[in-house]
Amino acid sequence: MRFAFTDEQQELARVTREILTRECPPTAVRKAWTDDHLPAWSALTAAGIVNMTAPERFGGAGANELDLALVLEEAGRAALPGPLAAHTAVAIPLVAETCDDATCDRLLGGLLVVQLEGMPFVESAHRARTILVEKHGELHAIDPRDATIEMQRSVDRARKLATVTSRKTTLLSSDREALRRAHDRAAFAAAAELTGLARAMIERTVEYVTIRKQFGRAVGSFQAVKHMLAEAHVAVELARPCVHRAAYALAHREPDAPRDVSLAKALASDAAHLAAKTALQCHGAIGYSFEYDLHLWMKRAWALAAAHGSAADHRTRLAHLLLGEAHV
Amino acid sequence: MDLRFTDEEEQFRAEARAWLRAHAPRDLGSTGTREGWDAHVAWEKQLYAAGYAVVAWPRAFGGRDASITEWLIFEEEYYLAGAPPRVTQNGIFLLAPALFEYGTDEQKARLLPKMAAAETLWAQGWSEPGAGSDLAAVSSTARRVDGGWILSGQKTWSTRGIFCHALHGLFRSDPSAPRHKGLTYFLVPLDAPGVRVRGFARLDGDLDFAEVFFDDVLVSDRDVLGQPGDGWRVAMATTGSERGLTLRSPGRFLASASRLIDLYRRTPDPRVADEVVRAWMDARAYELLTLQAVTKLVDGAALGASSSVHKLAWSELDVRLHEAALALLGPHAELDDGAWIKGWQFALAGPIYAGTNEIQKNVIAERLLGLPKEEK
Repeated sequence: MRFAFTDEQQELARVTREILTRECPPTAVRKAWTDDHLPAWSALTAAGIVNMTAPERFGGAGANELDLALVLEEAGRAALPGPLAAHTAVAIPLVAETCDDATCDRLLGGLLVVQLEGMPFVESAHRARTILVEKHGELHAIDPRDATIEMQRSVDRARKLATVTSRKTTLLSSDREALRRAHDRAAFAAAAELTGLARAMIERTVEYVTIRKQFGRAVGSFQAVKHMLAEAHVAVELARPCVHRAAYALAHREPDAPRDVSLAKALASDAAHLAAKTALQCHGAIGYSFEYDLHLWMKRAWALAAAHGSAADHRTRLAHLLLGEAHV
Repeated sequence: MDLRFTDEEEQFRAEARAWLRAHAPRDLGSTGTREGWDAHVAWEKQLYAAGYAVVAWPRAFGGRDASITEWLIFEEEYYLAGAPPRVTQNGIFLLAPALFEYGTDEQKARLLPKMAAAETLWAQGWSEPGAGSDLAAVSSTARRVDGGWILSGQKTWSTRGIFCHALHGLFRSDPSAPRHKGLTYFLVPLDAPGVRVRGFARLDGDLDFAEVFFDDVLVSDRDVLGQPGDGWRVAMATTGSERGLTLRSPGRFLASASRLIDLYRRTPDPRVADEVVRAWMDARAYELLTLQAVTKLVDGAALGASSSVHKLAWSELDVRLHEAALALLGPHAELDDGAWIKGWQFALAGPIYAGTNEIQKNVIAERLLGLPKEEK
């Protein structure tokens, strides 16, 4: 029994953090509101991270969810704009496991985004090479040139959402099991990003309350502030091993993976919400200003907590899995 | 990451499971009565004879050199089998870690085997009427005399103190030193002249607490654990395990969560389903947090202040779990002989003992997050 990431996986997380510290400071997140060119995305692509989940013969590293977990957490930590979760954690594995070699060869080179059933919007559809859409248990591909892409403004301006409609679609697969796994991968990826977001918000808040003085002392020395931050920290510390367990279950295709994924997404969503509320309250008025950076993480957390099943959605699924027929 | 257990570990699990399912007794009665106490002690002796009393200890002291992973497996099987609470726990889980770290070879050889065999039962002597959360405020004293020390003062909230044979705890040996420096850790036989033990009942009415009075009690130098003046450090070796892994293994809560799910299936109420799910989630998350901590321990890291995260997690989830059960039982929960109302009252102590959860949050904020200490 060994519940820890390998040295290689930790090294990859370190490399990711280095890249994002350099290429994705808050100024870069703000720049992404109006500029589609993301230096961080180019750097991650150059490092082989963006396509790491593709099979080796299609230019990837054949990485699985265990390799991805800490990378996604780092993406959350930096509030990285762009569809890393959709492309790397969901779309690539979905194409790789459902499509023939010729289709893989055609699709896996360019940016893939995906709209799973239940999600009303697609992120970064306007710059994708292919938009995957799940419809009635089937997986279809849409060429953006054939589609009407109507941009929608997210509360998090770095998330480029759109509704996509197209009369011309190509059926890729009707493998329902693979689509179910895609839903779980999407929920897992959001959970991993959420724990990174939550940790970043707690870290920033700790820094702030250590410097900020009122009544002649650091506000972080007050017990009311300490206890709020401690509670948020505990919530994140409990969510993280669940996210890591979900990664293991997905990577090994365990039959209980849906249970582990729902546990991870429910706890990570709640932990991130708590961290966001705590961060805002402990910052006070400064955290409420648009010029201050806290909202870059906070709004991403709101968005991802609601995406791919909210905490309540996943607890409902757990109720069915754990309590069975007696539930209804 | 590899979450499979080895063949040896699976073999160990199978053996422990078979033995526990065949032998674990039910309904031993309250440990606050002589009969109940004796039955619990008899069970401890049976565990010891089978080699299961202290699996992770060295063989020389009565253990079987099991790894920490095997210890976790044993705990899981222990509670799944419905086996009774461990009346030896204030010795084997609280004192033993400090003895292993600070005890002399003579002390280890003299004390550990009898502790494992349930021949010497230990009570904890930390809290006092004036020293609860503020543990360093203890005012019971130890005065140096020729050939030993004279203890005076009062300890309280000693769980199972009335039937125990010895007490381990903190005494102020140097009133002129700073609060945390002037303490010494003593191991005191409760039949020593001048010791008086008075039992009193806890919330559920069981006579499970004791206050212990020391009226010029003479103890010898070999009853000092660690160096004189070093008592705070010795005590902290205990709290690391008390708050964290050893006091409350995840097996206990997983077993409760599975009993809660059984209860739900028998008496389903969709309004409570979400609370049942949350309780299971918290128990599972605590299990995973523990598995991650075990891997760190195996790699040679120390738990340190993160044991406070564990303590908050298990104590809060235990309350939540019982709240869900009581909600399912509705008016039936009230009956005093019910296991859930009993467990509920025990769970309510969790956020208070072993350092209140408010103290744990201070520890997390100051030692894990690095927030500044409160100005005095």
